[in-house]
Amino acid sequence: MIKTSIARKVAMALSGLFLILFLGQHFTINITSVFSEKTFNMLSHFMGNNPLVQFILQPILIFGVIFHFIMGFVLQIKNTKARKQNYESFKGNSNSSWISRNMILSGIVILSFLGLHFYDFWVPEINYKYVEFLPNDPDRYYIELVHKFHSPIRVLIYCLSFVFLGLHLLHGFSSSFQSVGMNNKYTNGIKFLTVAFSIFVPVGFIFIAIFHHLNVVN
Amino acid sequence: MDLTLKIWRQANVDEDGKIVNYSISDVSPDMSFLEMMDMHNEQLINKGEDPVAFDHDCREGICGMCSMFINGEAHGPDRLVTTCQLHMRKFKDGDTIVIEPFRANAFPVIKDLAVDRSAFDRIQQAGGFISVNTSGNTQDANAIPIEKHDADKAFDAATCIGCGACVASCKNASAMLFVSAKVSQYSLLPQGKVEATDRVLNMVKQMDEEGFGNCTNTGACEVECPKGISLENVARMNSEYLYASLKG
Repeated sequence: MIKTSIARKVAMALSGLFLILFLGQHFTINITSVFSEKTFNMLSHFMGNNPLVQFILQPILIFGVIFHFIMGFVLQIKNTKARKQNYESFKGNSNSSWISRNMILSGIVILSFLGLHFYDFWVPEINYKYVEFLPNDPDRYYIELVHKFHSPIRVLIYCLSFVFLGLHLLHGFSSSFQSVGMNNKYTNGIKFLTVAFSIFVPVGFIFIAIFHHLNVVN
Repeated sequence: MDLTLKIWRQANVDEDGKIVNYSISDVSPDMSFLEMMDMHNEQLINKGEDPVAFDHDCREGICGMCSMFINGEAHGPDRLVTTCQLHMRKFKDGDTIVIEPFRANAFPVIKDLAVDRSAFDRIQQAGGFISVNTSGNTQDANAIPIEKHDADKAFDAATCIGCGACVASCKNASAMLFVSAKVSQYSLLPQGKVEATDRVLNMVKQMDEEGFGNCTNTGACEVECPKGISLENVARMNSEYLYASLKG
């Protein structure tokens, strides 16, 4: 079933919607770091030690991320092959948004960012728990987070990446519903939700990064 | 108006083509685009040169034959019109107009601006019909009550003239808007529901075999469609396809 064009489109949409759910959950936990160190540590400790999260949800998430990116590249290659001879003149902006035509570019930026993000947080976490078997410390998460935002270059990279994430969401969110066959009286509401989510969540992540950077500097 | 035309010239499907520059004078703003092309061809013939091949037939926007990609857009800069309905008043004196064929691997160039769109015919043949007994006892279509809302949507879908502007405009050369219109125009009506499962599976299978790209919902097809076919049809086809696949 995954071999047909519609199946690929639906698979892309479902994996994208799953990642959007994860993004919302990730943001909800991260924003607590601005208000309460204790709450952030408690939630992070729960996510990092709950067996359901660690051994079932985390592998599903990693699979979802990898699947979404591989399918994105597969679609890009197939679509490029569908038109061998390009136009001399092609006014894409007259009928579609730049971001809808360049999801692969924003996707590559997000993929690069994920590499840095995994290097910053996921790899040290795995190392802490499953390689060095260090003692369980429920209060370490906030300090680790703040420490990472000390570097202005890292903060800048994070901020730029979230701008691209916002652009990616701006097309991808509502587009996913279209792909799974939903275009009805709720479509305008979904488009509104798409714009709200695509602005609120990335701006929120940027705020968190700058907030902790300024706190450390001060 | 005096214009510069940059026209794609290609002898046949096997040879490489190129853009050739021409100048044309005394073009009336009241001419249709195709009349301007006719005038240009007359001048080429008078000079003993090969006229530009292009598709056309009814010249009133209903046959779907004209297929030029004009200044970066299918059917030119106007909206909800075919090339034959485009008028030269949309251009200014001194303009340069780039004229290319609809480009997609599934639409090979026959010559110059004329492309082979028989891929659409094969998709139609794969399921774009209803099987009716025509032996004389066929039920009158008007005897079957159909909700106005459904009838309107089916009719809207049926206005697709199969020109291929959706494919030409899509950055992926996807044919989803065309196929979804043909799926929708039948599946919305009781007469078409009987074969709905086979229809959507077979037409999508044929679409993929023809080598069209995958839809990424840019919406370019809907904007450039001369008949205003809605993306709602694509969503309907997606859900029908999913249902049909799960049903087996």
